[in-house]
Formats: sequence, structure tokens, C-alpha cells
Amino acid sequence: MTVGALAAFALLLRRELRLSFRRPDQLLQPLVFFLIVTTLFPLGLSLQLSLLRDMSPGVLWVAALLSSLLSLDSLFKGDADDGTLEQLALCGQELALIVVAKTLAHWLVSGAALVLVSPVVGTALGIPPAAFATMMLSLGLGTLTLSWLGAIGAALTVGLKRGSVLLSLIVLPLAMPLLIFGAGATDRAISGSSALGALYFLGSLCVFTCTLAPFAATIALRITLE
Amino acid sequence: MWTWFYKLASPPYVYGAAAALAPWFLGAAALALGYGLIAGLAIAPPDYQQGEAFRMIYVHVPGALLSMTVYAVMAVASAVALIWRIKVGFAVAAAAAPIGASFTVLALVTGSLWGRPMWGTYWAWDPRLTSELILLFLYVGVMSLRSAFEDPARGDRAAALLATVGVINLPIIHFSVVWWNSLHQGATIVKLGAPSMDASMLWPLLSMWLGFMLFFAAVLCIRVQGEVLNRERQSTWVRMAVKS
Repeated sequence: MTVGALAAFALLLRRELRLSFRRPDQLLQPLVFFLIVTTLFPLGLSLQLSLLRDMSPGVLWVAALLSSLLSLDSLFKGDADDGTLEQLALCGQELALIVVAKTLAHWLVSGAALVLVSPVVGTALGIPPAAFATMMLSLGLGTLTLSWLGAIGAALTVGLKRGSVLLSLIVLPLAMPLLIFGAGATDRAISGSSALGALYFLGSLCVFTCTLAPFAATIALRITLE
Repeated sequence: MWTWFYKLASPPYVYGAAAALAPWFLGAAALALGYGLIAGLAIAPPDYQQGEAFRMIYVHVPGALLSMTVYAVMAVASAVALIWRIKVGFAVAAAAAPIGASFTVLALVTGSLWGRPMWGTYWAWDPRLTSELILLFLYVGVMSLRSAFEDPARGDRAAALLATVGVINLPIIHFSVVWWNSLHQGATIVKLGAPSMDASMLWPLLSMWLGFMLFFAAVLCIRVQGEVLNRERQSTWVRMAVKS
């Protein structure tokens, strides 16, 4: 039975999402990690809300990057361990399409969830509600870009036994522009000035990685799978 | 035309060429570095603002330039190896990575030693320093990815892909770091003048840069021989070369 490319994409996306929702604990762990890391900073620094507000964009963004990275490790791992990934690679559909479906599903359950809880964390860190829209938009674009970059890293480290530390080592340097522009946009929104420049840059980075990273990740998967 | 290309790509030819070229590069590097060091450290006059401390430039600037050049060499070799499946490209990339990382460390260390008397601190979050540090992280990532695989051929290709991805990202990282600096703080480090240097200071610097390039070429030739021998250790030409 042959399936069209779009139908295969939809099937795979639904499969990934269903698998994620069957394991709610794994869905919640990165979010709890995000909350715990943002709790660490006020405890380690000081209780002054003014000081905290100055640091909050950085704290929020570092925590978001680390938490997304934590879940990226499992992007291809489960399917690679039980042989599903090889079957998917052999099934006749474009491997790039499969990579896009898996990465998009991963972002929907990790990055998008992170965006949804970010106002709670933002309130705790003293970010004014007026800045929430910019903060959530920048986090959405940033985590999506990180998912694409992370897909390359995850594909490169999928065959390795202790790949998770290496994955961070590979992906974090590439993700530094995200931190700069994401925290920059949030910072500007808090101080009340226009964050459009940083948001545009994040958007362009997102489009750039959306178009190129799936192919790089596909090459990486072919290297590690064969 | 293509025979030349394929000849260039064959391991025995590369091994022989690297062995033949290394002493020449080494000799030329010694000449250029010798002139640069004597003229730069002894003959050139001290800077009117920085005094004798400016002489750090003769190690720092060539090191920083080379750290980027070597990354470009590594990325081009990786891309060539991936696209045309030329195995020697992996050997060149693997040989270049530790050299590039060493140049990056050299640039960072001399930069912070230079920064202490000039800026009053070993480290400032200057855009150039920060991108140099990120460059070091990229080198470390490529090298650890290569060594993480048990199968060297797979590690080679994975590291080559990462180097290629890194070189696309490098300008983005650099410019975002520059932008970040202008966003968070004003220019705390006043750049000293335009690059209008006196000839007595400039020629030694150019000579040092040339010397660093030649030194890199020499070390690359030596390291490529080792990498090629290690990769081809099962083949007969290596046994012949080692026996003779």
C-alpha cells in the first residue's frame, strides 16, 4: 500500500503526538525541570524583586533552552533503539519528511508547552504582564529554532551510549544567537521599548533553520543509521 | 583535468606530498617567524599609548586570524569529503581540528594576558572575545563528536557534518554577539585608533601572520601523514612505506 507524502506526514505526526500523550510523565518532566531551574535563580541570588526583574529574561531563556535540550535527547532515541527508525527510513517516504514530522511533534509537546507555562514563571520572576506577548512569541520562535538545531544534534548522537552531554556540547554553541535575541526581545518588552528588531531576527533564524536543518538532520541520520 | 583531482585524492599521493612539503613549510615558517619576532619584539618602537605591552599583538592577532582560517580549512575539507566521498578530506579535517583549537586557546590566553594591563581585567565580554570562546566550543564539539564513535568512519562523517553546519552558523553567531553587546552595554573598550599602523610595526605583524600560516601548513602536513597512515593501515602501500 502506498501513501501520499502528506498523508504519511499526518500519520507520523499523529503517531508521535499519541505516543507522547500516552506517557504524560515524560511530557511533564521538562516543564517541571523548567520550573525548578527558574526557582534556583531567586534562591541563589536574592529576593529583591527589582534585581530579579533585571535578570529575569536571561534566567527564563537559559532555563527554557536547557529544558528543551533535555527532551531533545529522546527525539530519535526510542525509535532507533527498537528499530522503528530504520523501518521508517526504508519505507519509501522521504526521510526529510519523517524528520520534519518528528521534530514538529517534539516541539508541540515540549516547546509549545513551555510557551504556555511561561507566563506563570514570568509572573514569579517579576516580568510585567504587558511583556508576556513578546516573551511568549520569542520563546515560541526560539524553541522551534532550537528544535531544528537539536534535531541535527540528536541525529548525530543517536547511536551513542552517552549522547546527552555531547548533544548539549554540540547544540548549545549553535543556540547562542537564540539566547541573545530571545532574552533581548524580552528585555526590551519589559523596559517598554520596541522588541520588533529582535523578534524579526528570531523569525528569520527560525525560517532559516526550518528550511535547511531537516536536510542536515537527514544526512546525519543516514550517517548514524547505516 | 579530473585525473589531477583523483590523484590529489588518493591517500598514497597525499601521504607523499605531505611528507615532501612539510620541511619546506617548516623552513619558510622559521624564516618568517624569525624575522617577525626579531623585528616585532626588538626593532619596532614601543607604542605611544600601550608601551611595550603592545608587542603582544605579534602573537595574539595571528593566532586569532589562524583560529578562523583553520576552521574554514576544516569545514571545506569536511564538505569536500562529504560531498565527493573523498576519504582524504576526513583525514585533513581530523588533522586540522586540534591545531585550530590550539590557535583559539592561544588567542584567548594571549588576549586575556594583554587585557590585564590594558583594560585592567583578564576577561571582558567583548564581542570578539565572546565569539572566539564560542569558536573554541565549536572545535571541542567537533573533536568530541569524532572521538565518541567506535567506528572511526562514522565518527569522521558525523564530525564533518557538524563542522559544515558550524561554518554556516559562525557568521550568525558572530553578528548576534556584536548586536548583543551593543544592546546590553555601551562600548566599554575604546578601540585604539584606526588600524593605521606605522610600517615598522605593520611589517613584522604581516610576517608573523605569514609565519603562522606556514607553521599551520607544516603541522597540518605532519598530522595528515599520521591520520592517513592510521586510516590506511590495512592497505599494502602503507606496509611498504613503513617497511622501507
